[in-house]
Amino acid sequence: MIWNQKYESMDRQNLEELQVKRLQETINRLIENVPFYQQKLSALDVQAEDIKSISDLSKLPFTTKEDLRDNYPYGLFATPLKEIVRIHSSSGTTGQPTVVGYTQDDIEIWTELMARTMSCGGVSKGDIVQNAFGYGLFTGGLGIHYGAEKVGASVIPISGGNTKRQIRLMEDFGSTALMCTPSYALYIAEVAAEMGFDIKNSKLEYGIFGAEPWSDNMRREIEELLGITAIDIYGLSEIIGPGVASECEVQDGLHIFEDHFIPEIIDPETGENLGYGTKGELVFTTITKTGLPILRYRTKDISVLHQEKCSCGRTSVRMERISGRVDDMLIIRGVNVFPSQIESILLDISETKPHYQLVVEREDSLDQLEVQVEISEAIFSDEVRRLESLERKIHGEIESVLGISVNVKLVEPHTIPRSEGKAQRVVDKREL
Amino acid sequence: MKVKQISIFLENKSGRLADVTETLGSAEINIRALSIADTSDFGILRLIVDQPDKALAILKEEGFTVNETEVVAVGVDDTPGGLAKALAVLKEEEINIEYMYAFIGRASGDALVVFRVQEIERANQVLKERDFNLLSAEEVYEL
Ligand SMILES: [Zn+2]
Repeated sequence: MIWNQKYESMDRQNLEELQVKRLQETINRLIENVPFYQQKLSALDVQAEDIKSISDLSKLPFTTKEDLRDNYPYGLFATPLKEIVRIHSSSGTTGQPTVVGYTQDDIEIWTELMARTMSCGGVSKGDIVQNAFGYGLFTGGLGIHYGAEKVGASVIPISGGNTKRQIRLMEDFGSTALMCTPSYALYIAEVAAEMGFDIKNSKLEYGIFGAEPWSDNMRREIEELLGITAIDIYGLSEIIGPGVASECEVQDGLHIFEDHFIPEIIDPETGENLGYGTKGELVFTTITKTGLPILRYRTKDISVLHQEKCSCGRTSVRMERISGRVDDMLIIRGVNVFPSQIESILLDISETKPHYQLVVEREDSLDQLEVQVEISEAIFSDEVRRLESLERKIHGEIESVLGISVNVKLVEPHTIPRSEGKAQRVVDKREL
Repeated sequence: MKVKQISIFLENKSGRLADVTETLGSAEINIRALSIADTSDFGILRLIVDQPDKALAILKEEGFTVNETEVVAVGVDDTPGGLAKALAVLKEEEINIEYMYAFIGRASGDALVVFRVQEIERANQVLKERDFNLLSAEEVYEL
């Protein structure tokens, strides 16, 4: 079901006109209220009237997480604090936390977008939503909560953790929808099996998962184990929280709620807009938020945008599932290479995820990428030609996907260093 | 007869072969035959030992990537043309040889050769029909 037929199925021309109008309003709001943007825009000599079409977006400055940190806590708010009705904050695991503020209007927009997300996932009035996203400073819990209430579902605000209680309540209350991180969904399935609760044949029917990277294989596993339809959602607190984009029942990319956020894919090195169908860094501009409007926020997430119309009837641009982080990107002979791309090639070839490491060197001013793959019993053979053909296959797949030739080297197990459970994927020996 | 062969993946770096032989030596496992196939960056060490199951377990424990395959061990006349006769039989029967190597020891005057073939049953059968001296696993391990 489509929650908001008018906006979710708007034709492109009307949508773009709406986007330009809202973007101009946002720019004016920022020039008037946020010294940070006022200075940036005046340095670039850009005013709202200069934005005549969506392609003029590239005239605007980027915003980064560092900008939010530099203006901690309230420096980028575009309204007086008394207009802010909610404050969330990202965890400060990688530095100073960032703070986001919502006006009453923002909360209403967020609620609307989460209602759309619920509808995308099949959740409606009559459903019993077990919301196992964390409630608190993290936007996941409350975002889901408001959206589920908006569509008329009964929400169990259980929050994360205490898995046995989650399963008991799921059984006793007859939950029909589960919302949490995908890895927690798998954990719930595991504990349910231990407890003897047949979750697959329970009333659970829908799952809405997000807030961490996952794969399509993992989705199939979750759907199989829990007996549900699982959709992927995307969001980040700097933009609004969950509710930036959501998969529909077609499960082929996430619909971006473009009447509120304008997406772009850029080359993370040059900042150049790459358009549709090319992998790059996802960037969002908010065009309706009033508490904390953000221009061209660099998410550092890697995705691809697709413009083709979805069979569900929504007309919005879809983004592919996040395939990695910009911070992990390597540039080899001018080609952007993400370890995640190589990882998925190896996964396809060997069926089990091998340990691997990418070693970059510069020989005679030419970048050389060596892909070291740990041999495992699953891929080992006593015949040289089989191992050589495995190397050639990996080489050929990488060449066809990335367009660069790499050296593939099979190495003995446990030779690739591991630290804190996470293997070091990239060793860059280039002296630049 | 089918004889168990152990294969070990080795990176081409010095000392790895010695690591394997030391591991086996300290477990009092004797090597009966050995061959190494190598490329520019890795090698595959193939061994016939007197206690294959124990060797496999110990090597795995030491973190080597190993697998076990079955090979044919056959005695051929230790005279010019001796090996050629066995090869001719396999060729005639269109049995493809993946690789082969010779034994260090010998049995009652014959030179011993190991053949790695896909069709191990048939290879055994055709060689037996032509009166080649096929060695049992026990005979090989006890050489
Ligand atoms: Zn759709």
